[in-house]
Amino acid sequence: MKKFLNDVEHMLTESLTGFATAHSDLVEVQFDPTFVTRKQKAQNKVAIISGGGSGHEPLHAGYVGAGMLDAACPGQVFTSPTPDQMLAAAEAVHAGQGVLFIVKNYAGDVMNFEMAAEMLPFEHATVYTSDDCAVINSTYTTGRRGVAGTVIVEKCVGSLAETGADLAACKTLGEKINQRTSSIGVALTSCTVPAAGRPTFEITDTELEMGVGIHGEPGRRRETMREADAIVADMVAAIVHDFKAKQLPAQGEILLLVNGLGATPLMELYLIYNTAARLLQEKGFSVARSLVGNYVTAIDMAGASITACLLDNDIRRHWDSPVHTPALRWDM
Amino acid sequence: MNSATINHAAAAIRSAILAHEADIECLDREIGDGDHYINIKRGCEAIASIEAELAPLSATDALNKIGMKLLSTIGGASGPLFASFFMGMSKSLKASATMNTLVLAQAFEAGVQAIMQRGKAQAGEKTMLDVLIPVASTFKQLADQGEPTSVITTRLKIVTGEGLESTRNMLATKGRASGLGERAIGHLDAGAKSCQVMIEAVCDLVSSHSQ
Repeated sequence: MKKFLNDVEHMLTESLTGFATAHSDLVEVQFDPTFVTRKQKAQNKVAIISGGGSGHEPLHAGYVGAGMLDAACPGQVFTSPTPDQMLAAAEAVHAGQGVLFIVKNYAGDVMNFEMAAEMLPFEHATVYTSDDCAVINSTYTTGRRGVAGTVIVEKCVGSLAETGADLAACKTLGEKINQRTSSIGVALTSCTVPAAGRPTFEITDTELEMGVGIHGEPGRRRETMREADAIVADMVAAIVHDFKAKQLPAQGEILLLVNGLGATPLMELYLIYNTAARLLQEKGFSVARSLVGNYVTAIDMAGASITACLLDNDIRRHWDSPVHTPALRWDM
Repeated sequence: MNSATINHAAAAIRSAILAHEADIECLDREIGDGDHYINIKRGCEAIASIEAELAPLSATDALNKIGMKLLSTIGGASGPLFASFFMGMSKSLKASATMNTLVLAQAFEAGVQAIMQRGKAQAGEKTMLDVLIPVASTFKQLADQGEPTSVITTRLKIVTGEGLESTRNMLATKGRASGLGERAIGHLDAGAKSCQVMIEAVCDLVSSHSQ
């Protein structure tokens, strides 16, 4: 393992301190329990709180700020945060209109947020994101995983909350977006959890992992490495198939997010975008909004995910609204 | 059982987990995400750090405090699950006026049930429960029959090993390995392994004291 590292025990604290200092105009970090809030706390709106294991930066702390999250709770690397973090964050940002948790659908995150919700003295609701179509939602699984589509949910629900919408409306929008969003990822290399010091999985130069999760958990199958267009075609086919399985319209405007998993350069991400946009267009989906970059990462994994969100006027409006966070900013 | 025996058991569990780092990590890398050992170790160290605070407490309060500490330290799925176990065990002991082997077996079973409720999981899903459920039922059955401690610990060590082995040919339907489908078959579950290590350590401790 070769990483910029002092003591692995202090890695998260040092990184979060750097993050908060670099963006001291926007955010503040608290430790023990650890959470990040906006510098200017919002008044009289539903408090939108997310959280999850670290190692997916900029998710979630990078999305704290005007127009998006009120607070984020970073856990240890790839490990859900704990209920005391969520309770302290809720206490800090609750503005009289209730608390909405946005939680990626993993057993650990679900259980920790659930226990926090049971102890929360405020009105609350939870949106679970499960956009990953790599995991087929059969009787064999706990359900689909929440991956890059979570950014779209956080952006749009954050926007709606700024308008003064109530808790139920925020939850409804979040669930609608999750339903209209599908993602699939591919890994070319493993990631290395710093405290483990070794790659999470073995993969040769001639292989790829189709449907990889954002923690390096294996996906649908191990496949032979091939040219980019062929890989992207399979990813797009999986998304289109998932749209069909969700009984979504077979055409319409989409938001296309091509997300890097940590060690894939933008040059390759734009190449993926180029093919994905063309193939989706051919299948009847016109790309109306785009986002390309590292938004939900898996530490140092080489790989990428493709996310398509079927837009409607409501979602488009909330995607376009002003946002000012460390990792996402437009119109303000 | 009192807080002193609880501290001894916690220390035995901690050394056993540290000694099995390689096995547990290897299993988690195969079908998990490689963080299970680190999380369990962090939990063990957190309990070691509150040893002095646990010492003056009753067994019931000590177990509850352990649960709360694990809840705020481990994170992931293991945090709420282990926390639920100790809090469930504490609640069950609180309801009983006496302390004997059967009461302890019932408390263990209550702890396992608390895990099942929190994780919405059953036996046969390739998780820690495939070790814990057979251990709980065997423990209660043997305690019910009034078997001596040495018989109980010997038998539980066998049952825990069998429970672990049973996860090898299961499909994972809960937890991170659940996305793997048939690829998880042939691998032991890391959570079941760490539970086996812990139970074995406590059995060894108890049998060394009862000799």
